[in-house]
Amino acid sequence: MIAELGLAALWLAAALAVLQLSCGALSVWSGADNEIAQLTRPAAILQGGLVGTAFGALLWVFGITDLSVKLVAMNSHTMKPLIFKLSGAWGNHEGSMLLWVTVMALAGALIAAVERRLPERTMQATLAAQGFVALGFYAFLLLSSNPFERLAQPAPEGLGLNPLLQDIGLALHPPTLYFGYVGLSVAFSFAVGALVTKQVTPAFARAMRPWILGAWTFLTLGIAAGSYWAYYELGWGGYWFWDPVENASLMPWLAATALLHSAGVLASRDALRVWTIMLGVVAFSMSMLGTFLVRSGILTSVHAFAVDPERGSFILFLLALYIGGALLLFALRAGSISEGERFSVASKEGALVVNNVMLSAILAVVLLGTLYPLLTEAFDIRVSVGPPYFNPVSAIFVFPMLAVMAVGPLLRWRRDNWGRISRELALTAALTIAAIGLLAVIFGMAVLPLLGLSFAFALGVASFLPLRGRKLTRVPLATWGMVIAHFGIAVSLFGMASESAFSEERLAALEEGQQTSVGPWQVRLDGVEPIAGPNWTALSGRLLAAYKGGEAVEIEPQSRNFWAPPQQTTESVLVTRWNGQLYAVMGGEGVDGRWQLRLWWKPFVTFIWYGGLLIALGGAFALVGRVRTDVKRRSAERRIAARRRDEEAML
Amino acid sequence: MKAKHQRLVLVVLALIALVGASLLAVYALRNQANYFYLPEQIVAEPPEPGQAVRLGGMVEAGSLQKLADGVTVTFAVTGRDNSRIPVRYAGILPDLFVEGSGVVAEGRLNSGGTFVADNLLAKHDENYVPRELEGMSEHQAAEMAEDTTVGLE
Repeated sequence: MIAELGLAALWLAAALAVLQLSCGALSVWSGADNEIAQLTRPAAILQGGLVGTAFGALLWVFGITDLSVKLVAMNSHTMKPLIFKLSGAWGNHEGSMLLWVTVMALAGALIAAVERRLPERTMQATLAAQGFVALGFYAFLLLSSNPFERLAQPAPEGLGLNPLLQDIGLALHPPTLYFGYVGLSVAFSFAVGALVTKQVTPAFARAMRPWILGAWTFLTLGIAAGSYWAYYELGWGGYWFWDPVENASLMPWLAATALLHSAGVLASRDALRVWTIMLGVVAFSMSMLGTFLVRSGILTSVHAFAVDPERGSFILFLLALYIGGALLLFALRAGSISEGERFSVASKEGALVVNNVMLSAILAVVLLGTLYPLLTEAFDIRVSVGPPYFNPVSAIFVFPMLAVMAVGPLLRWRRDNWGRISRELALTAALTIAAIGLLAVIFGMAVLPLLGLSFAFALGVASFLPLRGRKLTRVPLATWGMVIAHFGIAVSLFGMASESAFSEERLAALEEGQQTSVGPWQVRLDGVEPIAGPNWTALSGRLLAAYKGGEAVEIEPQSRNFWAPPQQTTESVLVTRWNGQLYAVMGGEGVDGRWQLRLWWKPFVTFIWYGGLLIALGGAFALVGRVRTDVKRRSAERRIAARRRDEEAML
Repeated sequence: MKAKHQRLVLVVLALIALVGASLLAVYALRNQANYFYLPEQIVAEPPEPGQAVRLGGMVEAGSLQKLADGVTVTFAVTGRDNSRIPVRYAGILPDLFVEGSGVVAEGRLNSGGTFVADNLLAKHDENYVPRELEGMSEHQAAEMAEDTTVGLE
């Protein structure tokens, strides 16, 4: 019953998407002031409620493990803890796509409910575009990936969920990532709406900016969460593999970051009009491309779960339709959007243009590297592209971008001269050069970590320079957001460079009672014993780890055997200190009763994710600041209008 | 800049940067074409010793041996035409590393013709086979790989 309710809600939502699309399109075509236009917003809001209901129904059938629903029988199990039953709802293809459209519909409902700043015609076009995109994904869900399909005969027991997914990471990573990923659909719809009505103005950018900020903040959190999850769950000690699935989330992030900055230029200075619209289209196109790469399993990935190649062609069709359609519209309309304000090279706009070009170049590098195996496969050559390509080639653009990031925020809008900020420039350059020199002499490290550490130091200091000489209590929240986010980049970069420069690894085969060392840690194997969990049994090692001869902490890495589905996993253990992490993995029994241990000491590795959190926090600050300013301005406008009405009434 | 066509200048600059990035990427990617090797390719045209490459094939049944140090294993990866590459790996074997199953090894060939792996990418999901290994159907080991795959039906 509940499953049928969910399915019915989805069909109704699809019908409402048709209504939203046609009402929006009609009212754009015939002028926005008519009764048809009144229907667009309610259609979007109701749709959000219906899809939310459908998603609730899916959670419900997973929560009670309704084994007459095919998806539950295939992916869940009665013995699983409740949290993994619920998060398992999106740990499969159909559920994941339902989460996708849920976020899409909620985003659509949210803009319909609260967005009042856009001209009504642009708003109608935006909602029509949002409905059009949603419609395609409803069709995909309902025609080829129905999550509520029943089994003729209820299964006696579910097949279970991949043990690697039975982790709190599954509860956090996909929802945050999708909020970001699919939240970018709003920017896409805004861009399409503005193209339709040709109204690309600073007011438009100001309306669009909070939506970009929200999506970008979630996307940052989702990527950071996913990276940390893969780091501790896969047991390889790596946090980023340049895997297609990871790149699929990085590419929208790069485009959204560029969009965020160019929308800032458009909002403040009325320049970069066409470019901002272009990025709005590109950012969500990258999300859709990512969905295609992840869901179709067309590329080899270490994170590929629940892929279904047959359904890939459906998404590919949607991809071609929406990206192709938006680019066609762009090509037809871009010429008629007039040129914005001019600016000199030495200005904030100039620096932001460099930032945008660099981000786009990195995006191109990642995109080509990710798709290259597909291109060569057409000629029957199998290639895999890995870190030897991505690291150096993207670094060529990353470091100049970081340099501009350090000094760009110091420049003034429109026109500035370098002389004015020469002291700050000199300070940043001196810090970088001094760090490079010192590190090269002391550690003699490889080029990329060396540059990474030096730039992290310089950028860490430079990110606070925009606050110099200002009264801190009067600095706008949005500026604090920028400072925090830029500082987060420096923190994250420091973590990455430190991890790659200073990590130490130890492989050992130990008998019980023997010990080994890694970096400053002494690790002793105390014993190995079998234990049992709710749906697994494990061999659990008991290790005593002491940092620099201090007090030992007991850690228990495990080698687990799940029985639904039958699979072995290694449960790594992390010991976190302020200055790094000890990472321990235990393998099976080695030769003559010894146990295999793999240990890493990773100095400051946690800074990678602290940095990610700071970046997201910066985004949240900026979002709150922008919304608050906007609310204040609107209430002031209302007061002025009310006073004017009063004065007129008095006369 | 007082130029009348600032937009044009910006577009040209952006285009130059993007085309430059793409050219650079394509240039770098051409060198990547010899990043992934099948066993028969290593036999026919071995990469330079020490060059970082990936090797993909089937783990030969019965070839897995643990060395006395307790952490190093050796095994052989086989491909078509009876090609066979000995592999040495120090570390904990991935959860689903099984003889007769597919594996992708990251590492380098040493001067003695042994592949020294830093990393083994075995399928970590019971339904996952590294894509590079798909389509090796005429190779008998592929059938064994399918036998070790637990289907959902």
